[in-house]
Amino acid sequence: MDSNELLEPFERMLETISSPAQVRAVEQGASAASLWDELVQSGFLDALVPESAGGAGLALADVEPLWRALGRHAVPVPVAETMAARFLLAEAGVDAPQGPIAFAAARPGQDAIVPFGLVAEHVLVDLGDGMVLASVASGQAEPTGVAGSLAARMRWDRVPDGPGPPAPEHGLRPMAAVLRAAAMAGAAARLLDMTTAYANERVQFGKPIGRQQALQQNLAVMAEDTVACRLAAQLGCAGGVVPTLAAAATAKSVTSASAARIAATAHAVHGAIGVSEEYDLQLYTRRLHEWRLADGSESYWNRLLGRARLASGDSSVDWVRAQVFA
Amino acid sequence: MFDTLALASLPPEDEALRPAIRELVARAVADMPVDRRARSWQGFDAAFSRRLGQAGFLGLNLPKRYGGQERGPFARFVVVEELLSAGAPVAGHWIADRQSAPLICNYGTEAQRAFYIPRICKGEALFCIGMSEPGSGSDLASVRTRAEKTATGWLLNGQKIWTTNSLHSDYMIALLRTSGKPEDRHAGLSQLIVDLRLPGVTIRPIVDLTGDAHFAEVFFENVELADDALIGREGEGWKQVTAELAFERSGPERIYSSVVLLDAWVRHLRETGRADDATLAMVGGFTARLATLRAMSIACTARLALGESPVVEASLVKDLGTHFEQELPVAIGDDLAGHPDEPASTELYRTLLYVTQVAPSFSLRGGTREILRGIIARGLGLR
Ligand SMILES: Cc1cc2nc3c(=O)[nH]c(=O)nc-3n(C[C@H](O)[C@H](O)[C@H](O)COP(=O)(O)OP(=O)(O)OC[C@H]3O[C@@H](n4cnc5c(N)ncnc54)[C@H](O)[C@@H]3O)c2cc1C
Repeated sequence: MDSNELLEPFERMLETISSPAQVRAVEQGASAASLWDELVQSGFLDALVPESAGGAGLALADVEPLWRALGRHAVPVPVAETMAARFLLAEAGVDAPQGPIAFAAARPGQDAIVPFGLVAEHVLVDLGDGMVLASVASGQAEPTGVAGSLAARMRWDRVPDGPGPPAPEHGLRPMAAVLRAAAMAGAAARLLDMTTAYANERVQFGKPIGRQQALQQNLAVMAEDTVACRLAAQLGCAGGVVPTLAAAATAKSVTSASAARIAATAHAVHGAIGVSEEYDLQLYTRRLHEWRLADGSESYWNRLLGRARLASGDSSVDWVRAQVFA
Repeated sequence: MFDTLALASLPPEDEALRPAIRELVARAVADMPVDRRARSWQGFDAAFSRRLGQAGFLGLNLPKRYGGQERGPFARFVVVEELLSAGAPVAGHWIADRQSAPLICNYGTEAQRAFYIPRICKGEALFCIGMSEPGSGSDLASVRTRAEKTATGWLLNGQKIWTTNSLHSDYMIALLRTSGKPEDRHAGLSQLIVDLRLPGVTIRPIVDLTGDAHFAEVFFENVELADDALIGREGEGWKQVTAELAFERSGPERIYSSVVLLDAWVRHLRETGRADDATLAMVGGFTARLATLRAMSIACTARLALGESPVVEASLVKDLGTHFEQELPVAIGDDLAGHPDEPASTELYRTLLYVTQVAPSFSLRGGTREILRGIIARGLGLR
């Protein structure tokens, strides 16, 4: 399928169900149920599920632009996680529930920060030695107290009840890392668009601030980082549905490291208006910062990648060709 | 924005070039110390360049009727990647293969193509680029060196500077003022081929801070050129140069200038067995960035393969790439000297200091960081 044929209807749907006003409402506690119904009906949630199991059987590379669109629209529900979870459940012959599914890496008795934990109904919990699809109600879910955040601090005191589909080779985290990387690339692209548009509109000293060379230089770097995020996310999603450790690490390392710089420039160019709640910029910069920390930051993935790299005597170029581009 | 820059892969038929070029390169670098391999761009070895030509690794993008391989930019990507990753001495053929031959092919006359390109493809005609002058660096449109039309051709007077490899080159493609005044900016500029053995040409090497003399000043004093020295059309020099710079800026060379040092450092870490968290994170961080830059560079190559001139995209990859190339020696220096009780070999130390000292040039050659960011800003609609 042509990627635009897929992306355009998806984008149109997100524009109607995930406007900034709707995102804010969910962040302030309104129900996301009607938004979710639209997503269920659209069929996109089964995009990765094999055709034999009633899905569209798409590859990760086909779905990656959709995941980026989720970030571009700050969609306030775990759509990418649910898509990936539905794939894993279908592979294991487990019927997927209707509601939104979040991802968690947790040990019994330990707290874990779960992105979208406040709006999910189910959590696919990676326990380290297996996975369980648990209901959110089976654990204790607390808001983190971070303004507007949809993440929850969750805890299960014992192994939760639920079906236990087999975990992918390196657990859930590589999948979580690439879907997060794609969402971050999307949020970054939105921030670049907003920031260049603002630089062209805002007049100080008698001309648009974008005419100032200092701002042009900073925006050029922001564009470089944004394009690097997109390519890194695409690299992460270029293989099978379950990404390799090296590809996932590359994707999340680069997007996480770029995220802080991108958010900083976006705010700097916007001046004071950018930090106000009523201006939309913060919807995306807050997400970039949260997602940078979710599923392992740049140094977490760098350590894993560094260990794998040092285990081989290949040249750097040969190593990335064989491991990241494979 | 810049959505055309998207993940692309190297075609299998071009990947298939690797074993053969790798074997040739391995022989050329076998006896070279690492700090010589780190000089790759500056390493001049005419015999090696001719061997590459004979083996069909030059002129990969050029038509067969001129001795090229008609394979396209992806093939060149593979070959350049192999050359730079191993630190092969590429200076001899580098500029002719990357810029001069495509320029002559795109804008030259049939006679010029037939005369120059087959020799470039054999590694036998070596070229340099005469753009910069003492007063014209970033402000390239201000060039003053003139070629006056005469009854038989052109009369050349003036001076070029920083001309890489001019000492070893046969020809320069010079950007010259052929009409009007420097104040006329882009109007009145043309590109001419100058045979560097003609009377009136003087080349004076400039030694750089590492002790190398890879670039030079070139003086022209009443140099007489024939009519057919002009490439393309009189007055179209600016347009041609802009297209040429997309070739210059888009390749993998803009991410691999420090890769020989990176690999030497990784070997050192493997030998010492140091694998604490900080070290692993550093190795991994560089690896992730290298992989992503490579994907960006291949994405840029894909635009060239479609016949586009990705000026903005190439600037974006070059700026991010040279940033990476410059950060490597700083970080590796801190790492090695941050472990003063873990001796590094003299060869690694020499390589480190060579790359550290020469690194400022990475973001100067081919257009400075600030100029590239200006091009990107224009691409963003800010100017
Ligand atoms: C290793 C090496 C090889 C080279 N090889 C060649 C070659 O083969 N052929 C050739 O023709 N040239 C060559 N050059 C020259 C190179 O292209 C120039 O150095 C470069 O274009 C910058 O010009 P400049 O050195 O005169 O610096 P300047 O133009 O004087 O710039 C100095 C500083 O001012 C900044 N600056 C200037 N104008 C602006 C502006 N409008 N806005 C913001 N900042 C600005 C620059 O970014 C830079 O930081 C080479 C250079 C090096 C280092």
